[in-house]
This record gives sequence, C-alpha cells and structure tokens, in this order.
Amino acid sequence: MGWLLALPFLLPIATGLFALGARRKPRRARAISLLGCIGLFIVVVIIFVRVVDEGTIAAQMGNWPAPFGITLVADRLSAVMLLLAGLVGLVVAIFAQADVDLRREVLGFQGFYQLLLAGVCGSFVTGDLFNLYVWFEVMLIASFALLILGGERAQLDGGIKYVALNLVSTLFMLMAIGMVYGLTGTLNLAALHVALAEVDQPAALHMLAVLLIVAFGIKAALFPLYFWLPASYHVPPVAVTAVFAGLLTKVGVYALIRTFTLIFPADFSFAHDLLLIAALLTMLSGVIGAASQYEFRKILAFHIISQIGFLVLGLALFSPLALAGSIFYMVHNIVAKTNLLLISGTARRMTGSFNLAEIGGLYRVSPVLAAVFFIAAFSLAGFPPLSGFWAKLMLVTASLEQAAYWVAAVALITGALTLFSMSKIWSEAFWKPHPTGEVRSLTSLTVSERIQRMLPTVLLVAITLGLGLFPQPLIQFCETAARELLDPAGYVATVLPSRGG
Amino acid sequence: MSSVILQGTTRLLVALILLFSVYMLMRGHNLPGGGFIAGLIASAAFVLYALAWSLQEARAALRVSPVKLAAIGALLSLASAVPGLLKGFPPFTGLWLFIGGGEGDKGIPISTVLLFDVGIYLAVLGAVLALFFTIEVD
Amino acid sequence: MESALVLVIGVMVAAGVYLMLASNLLCYLFGLILLSNAANLVIFVAGRLTRAVPPLIPKGQEAPLEPVANALPQAMILTAIVIGFGLLAFTLALVVACYRELGTIDSDHMRLAEPPPKRGEH
Repeated sequence: MGWLLALPFLLPIATGLFALGARRKPRRARAISLLGCIGLFIVVVIIFVRVVDEGTIAAQMGNWPAPFGITLVADRLSAVMLLLAGLVGLVVAIFAQADVDLRREVLGFQGFYQLLLAGVCGSFVTGDLFNLYVWFEVMLIASFALLILGGERAQLDGGIKYVALNLVSTLFMLMAIGMVYGLTGTLNLAALHVALAEVDQPAALHMLAVLLIVAFGIKAALFPLYFWLPASYHVPPVAVTAVFAGLLTKVGVYALIRTFTLIFPADFSFAHDLLLIAALLTMLSGVIGAASQYEFRKILAFHIISQIGFLVLGLALFSPLALAGSIFYMVHNIVAKTNLLLISGTARRMTGSFNLAEIGGLYRVSPVLAAVFFIAAFSLAGFPPLSGFWAKLMLVTASLEQAAYWVAAVALITGALTLFSMSKIWSEAFWKPHPTGEVRSLTSLTVSERIQRMLPTVLLVAITLGLGLFPQPLIQFCETAARELLDPAGYVATVLPSRGG
Repeated sequence: MSSVILQGTTRLLVALILLFSVYMLMRGHNLPGGGFIAGLIASAAFVLYALAWSLQEARAALRVSPVKLAAIGALLSLASAVPGLLKGFPPFTGLWLFIGGGEGDKGIPISTVLLFDVGIYLAVLGAVLALFFTIEVD
Repeated sequence: MESALVLVIGVMVAAGVYLMLASNLLCYLFGLILLSNAANLVIFVAGRLTRAVPPLIPKGQEAPLEPVANALPQAMILTAIVIGFGLLAFTLALVVACYRELGTIDSDHMRLAEPPPKRGEH
C-alpha cells in the first residue's frame, strides 16, 4: 500500500532525474519521459480503481505511525485528481514531443516537466499540511524553470511576475502552518480535523482562514490575487501553458477544498462567505478580461481564471450537490482547457501566430481541427449535451436550492460571456479567410508530428464527448466523493486507526 | 582575481574544507550536522577555488557537471527507499546493517538513512554549484 | 521571551512588506528574505520556547532522562530554510538574467509580456 501511494511522486522524480541526466541526448530523454508518463498513468489508474473499490486508503512513510510520520492518503477526491494529473501528464508529454524545440530539451525540459508532475501528484496524495507546502514548492520550482526555460525576453518578464507573486503565496502558507502548529500541536490533516474543532479562539481561526485563503487563492488565481496568471501564461511554449492550465491552478483549488472541508469545522461560515464573494468576482472579472483580449492564448488564459471561480463556487455553497458539481467541473475543465490550449498551439503552427487579427482560414484547411475546437470550446461554454453543461447544471441547481438566485444569475452571465469569447475565436481563427493566405494544412506536417499533435487532442475531445453523453457514472462518483468530503469521519478513521473513528 | 597568497592558501584550504564537509556528513547522524550542511560546506570549497583561480579551473576540479552530480545525489536518496520494498516495509523505512559486530559492540552501522544523507550531500553540492556557475560568468 | 520574539517578527514582516512594495527587484528580494525568515520564526515560536536539551536518547536508555526540546519545529524550519534558499537562489538568478537581457530591474519598465495598448488599437 505504501508503495502504491508513494509511486505517483517517486516515479516522476526518478524519471525526471534520468531524463535530466540524458538531456544532451534529446531523443533518449524524450523516450524516458514518455515511458515515465505512461508508467505514471498506469499507477494512477490502479490507485483510482482501488479507491473506488475500497474507499479511502492511507499509508505511513518510513513506518512511522500517524500523526508523527509522513502520511499519504487517497480518498475519492485525491484519486480523481491523481487520475487527471496522470492523463494530462501523458497527453501533454506526447504533444510536447512535437511542440518543444530542441534547445529547450537540451536545457532540461523533460526533467523539469517530470518534476512538475511529481509536485502535483505529491500535493494530491499528501495527508499533512507541511508536506503540502513542500510539494507546492517542488511544483513551484519546476514551474519557474519551465516558464523561463529558453530565456526569451518576454519569458523573463512574465517569469519575474509569476515568481514574485507565487513566492508571497508560499510565505503566507508557511506562516499559516506555523500558527496551525502553535494552536494545535499537529499538522496531520486528519488529526487537525479533530484538534481544530476543539480550538476555542475565534480570532485565531479567522486569521488562519484568511491566511490560507490568500495563500491558496494566489495559487488558484482567485480574484483579486490572479494578476500573475495573465502576465505569464502566454510566454512559455504551448505545451507548458497547457500543463500549467490543466494542473497548477487546480492544485490550489484542491488545497482550498481539502482545507475547508477537512480541517476547518463545517459550521465555519466566515470562510464560505468570503470564498463565495471571491468566486463570483473571479468568474466575472476573468470572463470580462477574456472578452477584452484579442489573442488566442491570452483569451484562454483569462478563461482559466473565470473557470476557477466556478470550481470555488461549489466549495463556497457547501452543499453535497455543490461540492459534487465542483468535482465534476474540475474533471470537465481540466480536460477541456488542456485541450483548447493544445489546439491553440496547433493553430499557431498552421497559421504562424496567436494574434486573432493575423490568422484565419483554419476551417477550410483543417475541418478536423475545427471540429475538435468546436466541441472543446462549446463544452467550456456549457452547451448541452457536452460535459460543461452538466457541470454548470449541477452548480446552478445547487445555488437555486439554497435560494441564491443572484449566484445562479452570475453563473449564467459568465456562461454567456464565455460563449462570446469562444465565438470570437471561432469566427476569427477558423471561419474568416487568412489575411495573407499563408495557412498550411495538417497534411503538410510529417506523419509523426501530425500524430503527436492530434492524438492528444482527439483523445481529450473523446473524453469531453463521453462525459457529455454519459455523465451519470461520473455524477454518481462525484456525489459519493462530496459526501466523503462533508463527513470526514471515514478519512480520519483510516488515517488514525487508533482513534477508533 | 589572481593573488599568489590566495591561490597558495586556497589549495590547502580546499582540501581541509572538503575533509571537514565529509566529517560533518558522517557526524550528522547523532550530532548536529548532516547532508545538507555538509553539502553547503563542500560547495563553499569549490566557490573559494573559483574565486582564487577561475571558474573554468573550478569546473575542471569538479570533473563532473554539477547538474549531473545533483541528479546522481537525488537518485541515491531515492534509492534509499528501495531496501524497504525488499523487506515489505513502506518506502523510506530506516534499515540498519551492522558490519563486524562483536561482544558489546554493534560494529560499523551502515543504514539506508546514511545512504539518504550521502545523496542529499551530493544533491546540495551539485545544485549550489550549478547555480553558482550560472550566475558567476566572468 | 515569546512576546519579544513576536515583536521581532512583526517588525521583520513590516520591513519586509515595505521593501517588497518597491518597484526595484533587488529591494523586492531583500524584502522576501526578511519575510521568509519571519515565517521561519513564526514556526519557531509556535513550537514554544523552552530551555531544554536536544531530543537525543542517551546510550542504553529507552526514553530521554530530562525534558527535551520539541524537535519538530526545528525540522520544519530547516526544511523551510532549505526550500527558501533554493527559491531565493533561483529568483536571484532570474533577476540577474533579467538585468542582462532587459537592462533593467525596475518592474515598472518591464512591459514585454503585457505591452501597453497602442493608441487606436481595438
């Protein structure tokens, strides 16, 4: 058991080190990295299946019993996040073979990519606040490196802003950890669930909640802490943006969900109110920011922000259906968003630019690309019967159940504005003719490049379609996961068996 | 900087510092010290060498590329998780092997913990030097 | 003793935040150093300040003989210092690279990634 739960981060670290060692032989490094990603995917599938079968599983590193040692836990939320991390890791690794240039590979792209996956997976399995911090840092260092790898001038500029704001987030988190430890004497999440409920200091709890919301909010790109994201996400190669968009901000959301369901008492409404306001403003400001942009990747970057609002909305509403909606939205959004960014990369390869004014004609030369974009984009906007529709439906129903009509209204307005941005990309990049006519078709690429670019995209679109047409199994899974989150007794009993539940 | 005095003493000092770093590494198990601090001390030796002679000389003295050193170190640390697997324990369980033990004497302990520490030592040394060599371009 | 240390932390945070608000990236870095050390001190205080011996069990004993210091905050601080050191070193390298490539470390003049809109554009 211990090994199964440790593999999601041990495997990428080992793969990354071997890839880093072989970086001067890019072919070999690529093969190592791809093998590692396949291995990681198999591991996370095994974990997912076991968690679905047996419920929450836990392991103690170094045979030290909880809450003294390092605990690894996977409940349903962790398992589905791990599965998504493995999936995104694999498809982006395939895409990166075509997209990332040789110079960046020699500088160690594959090694840092694997390290990033290790940090992401580590954050999802850890059962301990301090280790969450450590994995965040691993992820952060790897993302810094990926962001500025290649050293173009715009990359350095975007990198500085990314680094500056994210470092503040880690310091907030560290201070919060210090205070949690001072208040309770433990950092094990399950033990904190028990210990923090007994803390009778409302002032300290409020301060802690704000510190953690700021720390994770910066990572998750919540309003008004998201300014690092539009400043930096469009500077690295597309493969890097895709994996960032798919996983990085979602780790922040995951940390928020974990913290405010597990360690804080369930009746701590202060945090939920704060999160609700932040979520609504995030949704609106993100989508309005996107409407003002005129570049493929920047529009998508702003949409990442607005989608984060939806993810946090489910947590803020804090009902079983809302949390289930959040988790469903997470699955849908990671798949659709990663896919859209990969498509933007292919679109640029074929038209030569990200700027919507300078490109066009993609529908004519490549109907396949147009079709996959259409499905992914309209799923993001929440069109039935695509996956985004069910995700939004769950969240809107949950807000109507609580008679929060204005929440539902904001969600619907955001959806409409998303549709506006997606239609803009559709009409500019795909429908209108290319201004200079210099657009190449997919068939002009080599066969291997075509496979490397289109296989991940088609795979992700198939998942989006599948989730849209047969949402029931996933909805049921999400509802079970949400029930688990709202009643952490099972989680606590698994991690601390001596407590007897 | 090319000062004969600095260059002469550096040759001596570097050897001493490196020796001291190994001492810190070994003593770290039961007393203050350990892989991280020892790695920093060892990298200080190479930094001093680079200041007294030149960056190229320091690189040559290291013989392997610092990135490779860091990767090897991290792999060694990871390898210390493996013995636990063979015995059916969770990863990173501390295991000891005593060599040449006798009456009242346990012998020389070799442990996975030590392997982990040596890995950290190399990883820190490699990482710090990689960074130093990148920033310090002369 | 705790209250004195808490005051020190407060001053460090205030100075750190003040420095970080400057547009000069070097000032930002110094602020960051102050702030990260303040965070380390927070953990240190959180572990309670006691006069006690290191938590090592003497040879032949099963448990420590006298009250020992809490080792966990120290382990956490050490980890945080190591990580902070890595991040800081990385940021320093980034600032140096920025200065070489862009010729400035004033963040107000760094508008490459998000160029200000030109007049008459959209």
